[in-house]
Formats: sequence, structure tokens, C-alpha cells
Amino acid sequence: MQKSVSIKDLSLSFGAVNVLENLNLDIGEGEFLVLLGSSGCGKSTLLNCIAGLLEPTGGQIFIKDRNVTWEEPKDRGIGMVFQSYALYPQMTVEKNLSFGLQVARMPRAEIDKRVARASEILQIGPLLKRKPSELSGGQRQRVAIGRALVRDVDVFLFDEPLSNLDAKLRSELRVEIKRLHQSLKNTMIYVTHDQIEALTLADRIAIMKSGVIQQLADPNTIYNAPKNMFVAGFIGSPSMNFLRGEIVEKGGKPVFSTNGVDFPLDGYAAGEALPAGRKVVLGVRPEHVKVDEDGAGAKAHQASVDIEEPMGADNLLWLEHAGHTLAVRVAGNRRFAPGTAVSLSFDMGLASLFDAGTEERI
Amino acid sequence: MAETVSLKPGAALAATAGPPSEPWGRKPRRTLSRRNIMLYGTLLVAALYYLLPLYVMVVTSLKGMPEIRLGNIFSPPVEVTFEPWAKAWATACTGLNCDGLSRGFWNSVRITVPSTLISILVASVNGYALANWKFKGADLFFTILIIGAFIPYQVMIYPIVIVLREMGIYGTLTGLVIVHTIFGMPILTLLFRNYFSSLPEELFKAARIDGAGFWQIYFRIMLPMSLPIFVVAMILQITGIWNDFLFGVVFTRPEYYPMTVQLNNIVNSVQGVKEYNVNMAATLLTGAVPLIVYFVSGRLFVRGIAAGAVKG
Repeated sequence: MQKSVSIKDLSLSFGAVNVLENLNLDIGEGEFLVLLGSSGCGKSTLLNCIAGLLEPTGGQIFIKDRNVTWEEPKDRGIGMVFQSYALYPQMTVEKNLSFGLQVARMPRAEIDKRVARASEILQIGPLLKRKPSELSGGQRQRVAIGRALVRDVDVFLFDEPLSNLDAKLRSELRVEIKRLHQSLKNTMIYVTHDQIEALTLADRIAIMKSGVIQQLADPNTIYNAPKNMFVAGFIGSPSMNFLRGEIVEKGGKPVFSTNGVDFPLDGYAAGEALPAGRKVVLGVRPEHVKVDEDGAGAKAHQASVDIEEPMGADNLLWLEHAGHTLAVRVAGNRRFAPGTAVSLSFDMGLASLFDAGTEERI
Repeated sequence: MAETVSLKPGAALAATAGPPSEPWGRKPRRTLSRRNIMLYGTLLVAALYYLLPLYVMVVTSLKGMPEIRLGNIFSPPVEVTFEPWAKAWATACTGLNCDGLSRGFWNSVRITVPSTLISILVASVNGYALANWKFKGADLFFTILIIGAFIPYQVMIYPIVIVLREMGIYGTLTGLVIVHTIFGMPILTLLFRNYFSSLPEELFKAARIDGAGFWQIYFRIMLPMSLPIFVVAMILQITGIWNDFLFGVVFTRPEYYPMTVQLNNIVNSVQGVKEYNVNMAATLLTGAVPLIVYFVSGRLFVRGIAAGAVKG
């Protein structure tokens, strides 16, 4: 894959605080990369560095194999969309779109052509003569995207573009951004703290914590094979169930044991040896816990339903089992009254096993 | 539902009296309650306290001297005359020359207009640079500027006299304009910096990505959004410079004295009879300019102050 944006050993500190430290990241041509993390993890800082709005204290940034570390934002071939839209309030939509082109002294005819094309793609033609204050939130964000679109850039940068919108508009615009990416095939870097946006939009997700990328992988890998407990706990709602325990040997095979209850690890592809006595954490997503209400399973695997949360398509159960509280997702038509005794088992092929000390995946 | 109905004693009545959407219940009384009398009484006294001197001035300025000598300062003029106003403007004597306030008025205009324009222009660029372009040493620069705002003016008068003399502009209007511009700088820069800081930072970032430079962002993005704060700065500077007496008397020669100094000379001239009506008219004339500025732009003033106050 050809590299579109490449970040080498990037560091940035505000005074004594290191926000980014020796960060490396390669983004392919036409890739949709999502930087995901909770607030303060450095994801917006990284985006601002790529945009040229913040000066790094170390390292280099390459866009299209050109070192742009010290170049002005306008010369980098990037367009940026901000959370607060950042439309110029005194200008009409048309002026907002053409401002950057006018600054670049582009001929009038070319400006008109580009504005027309962008407004057609984003369906904001009827709004061109309006001021930003006369637009709704969704319309404003479309115009903001259009401002990046008219500049015909190599890389689109999105800084939490949907966070100020209500839930319905958010999912609508999410689809539109995805459609835009599919038709334009530009490189896009998208910062968000919303895991749904990350999972739905991304070709690859970079999960960040305290200025360090924890895992960089496609959404499927991130979801099903998280690299460590932070990634595992961050992605997924409700969070992955974590059971602390240790490995015991039963019949020549390693078995996970927690609070005296054994779960065979058949089907789990461990990358490391699992000697007996190793302290581990078993992570199971709510939908990978299987429950049977007839209680046919072994006595040790019996649990009782504490709370039931019907969510329409799914039904979320909170179970009490051997000192743990487990979240379990079942189909919406399977109803359980509180107090129901069920027997449970885990789909080990889709579970994750972490070292209790390093919290890394085994 | 039945419970909610029983909670409203007037519901049955309202249902028969009008459409169901009509508000019901006892309206609060708006009569002269003891509380209102106290409230409005206090407000009235406060208003009178400030308006009475103005009333006396206006009334006195419209009387002839014989009427003033009767001593009844609150009585309205029997014979209204604009003679004192004309005299104050054109012929009142200040010791040496007898051309009234008019000379001072034009001097004041020639001092106030350039001082206001230059100081606002420079301070707004200062504030913009400090708020948006975080250059090296910006904090130090700002701290020095703020300290400047707290040093009493009087300390700096003699050094400034020397500086102006060395530059060869002591006693000229140019010198006074420069002094006013410099002394307006700390507070105006603070005002503009805080206002520009309160504007969303992402607007500035968006403009940079669009390729606009320092001046393009200033003129095309920031200026159009900052009318209220410019009005505030204008009012502060016009009133401050127009009302200034000390700098006017120290840094200029008599032919360039501003209106305030001229007024002082008219009112305090000792020869002959004290013409109270002329003095009152002269004072009103001098105070008219800031007053008009306030009336015309008062609404914007409040808006600008409030806007700047949100974030500091």
C-alpha cells in the first residue's frame, strides 16, 4: 500500500507535559483511519500536528512522501473539519466555501466551478446564499465538509465532526461521510471518542491512551482480538466481561479457573504457553456468553439473572456468577425474569486471555 | 388524572369561563404595594440626586445675569436667552484671547480623533497577535503591558516631557497624540486580547488551513466579528481623551490647549464679574461630546462589555 501520511517519531510537549512521545504511524493512500480515545489521550493534538496548527517538538511528518513538518497548513494539501464547524459567521455559505480559494488567488470561474461541484456532492445548493446562523447543525457541518472539499486536498482531517449533533443526525451524517469516502477515495483521518463512529467508518482504528497508540488494526481485529485490556475494555458497549483467575492443569490441558469454577479453554488460540499457575484475566464479550435456562449444565456454571434490560433487538442480562457480575447479550425475544437460574458457557474461540500482570493479550 | 384535576380548585371554573388553554388562577396584584413604593421611591431619589445638578446647570445657562443675581437657582428662567451659550462658544475670554471655547473644541477634535483611531488600531492588532499568534515571549510582553496599566500617570509625566523635548515634538499636537496613544495601550490591548480569546479558536485554525495570513485573518475574519468591542474601545478612548486635562495642560502650548483646559481657564478667570450662565453653558458644551457618544452607541457598549466579560 502506498503511503499517504507518514509520521515518524513524533513528539510534542506543552512545557513539562509530554502529550505525544515518539509516535509512529503510517496511513495508506485512500485509507480511512480513525484515531480513537478518551479525551486527553492526544488524538486531537496528533491531528493538529498533521494539520500544521501545532508545532511538534520532535520527529517528522510526511504527506505524499514530502516532509511537511515545518510547512504552513495551507501548503500541506489537507482540509480540516472541526467539531464546532468553525464557519465564518459574517460570510454566506458560498463565501465560506470560496474563502480559501480566493486567498489562493484562484480565477473566478474555477472557484465557481468548484463551489458548484462541492455543493452538488453535499446537497447544499439551496443554502449557498444563507449565513451560517440560518443553518441547522447538520447543514453547518455539511458546509464545513464542503470547505475542505473545494480545496481539492489529498488528506481530509476530521476533528470530532459529529460530536455536536444529536443522535439521529449523527448517524445520518456518519453514513454520508462514509459515502463521501467511498466516492472520493481520499485519505481521511478522523478523530473521535465515539466507538460506534470508529467501528463503522474506519478501515483501520488507532486506539490511543496517554499519547501512545495501543493498537492499530482493522475494526474486526480490534473488536475480536484486542491487544490488551485497555483496548478490550474501551471498545464494546457494554464492556467486555473480565474474569480474574489462573491457569490450572486438567487432564493434560490448560483450564481457566476462577473462584473455584473451571472453564475449559478449548478453541482458544493462545500465542504463548499457558503453564499451570499463571495468573490471567479472561475477557468475554456479552454476546459470547451462552446461557441456557433449563440449567442442564454443570452445577458450577449455574448463575442467576439479576437484572434484565430489554433493548429491542437484544436483551441485556446482568448475571451473578461465582462472585462476578457478567453482562450477557441474548436475542430480544429471549426473556428472563429476575432470579431465573441459568447455566452459562463461554464461546472460547472468540474470547480473549490476558496476562494479569502486563494486561497484554496471550 | 382525577387527582390532578382535584388539585386545581379553579379548573371547573376555568372550563366554563373560557377555552381550556386559558391561564387560570389569581393574577398577582400590580397595585401600589408598600414594597413598590419603597422601591420606586428609592429609585426616584437616586435619579433626582443625579439629575438635579444638570437641571440647575441647564436652567442657569438659559438665564441672564440679573435673573441669576436673584439667587433662586431652582426656578426656571423667566426670560430664556441663548446669549450665554453663544458667548461661551465664541467670545468668552481666557485671559489672553477672547474667542471662547471654539478654539479648544477644534483642538480637542484634532487630539481625540487621531489618538482614538491610532490607539484602537494598534491595540486591536496587539490583542489579536497576543490572543491568536502565540509568539515567543508573548506572555512576558503581556505582563509588562499590564504592569504599565497600574503605574500612576503622574510618575511618568516628567520623563515623557524630556523624551518629547528630545524628539522635538514637545508642545505640539503630534506629541500629545502620541502620549494619548501610548497611555491607552495597556487597557485597550487587554480589552482586545480578551475579546479575541473569547472567539472560538477553531475559526482561527480554519482560516489558517484556508491559507489566510496574519493580516488576512485579522481583516477578513476577526474584524467583521468584533464591532461591539471596537465600539467599547472607541467610547473609552473618546471619553478618556476628551475629558483629559492633565496631559493637555502639560504637553501642549496655550494655542493647542484642549477644550477642558480652555473651560478651566474661562471658569477660573478672575477679572470682572463671574458669569455663571456663561460658565454653565461652557461646561455643558464641553461635556456634550462624550454624552452624545454614550447616547448614540450605548447599546453596543453594553453588548461589547458583556461579550468581553465572558472569558478573561
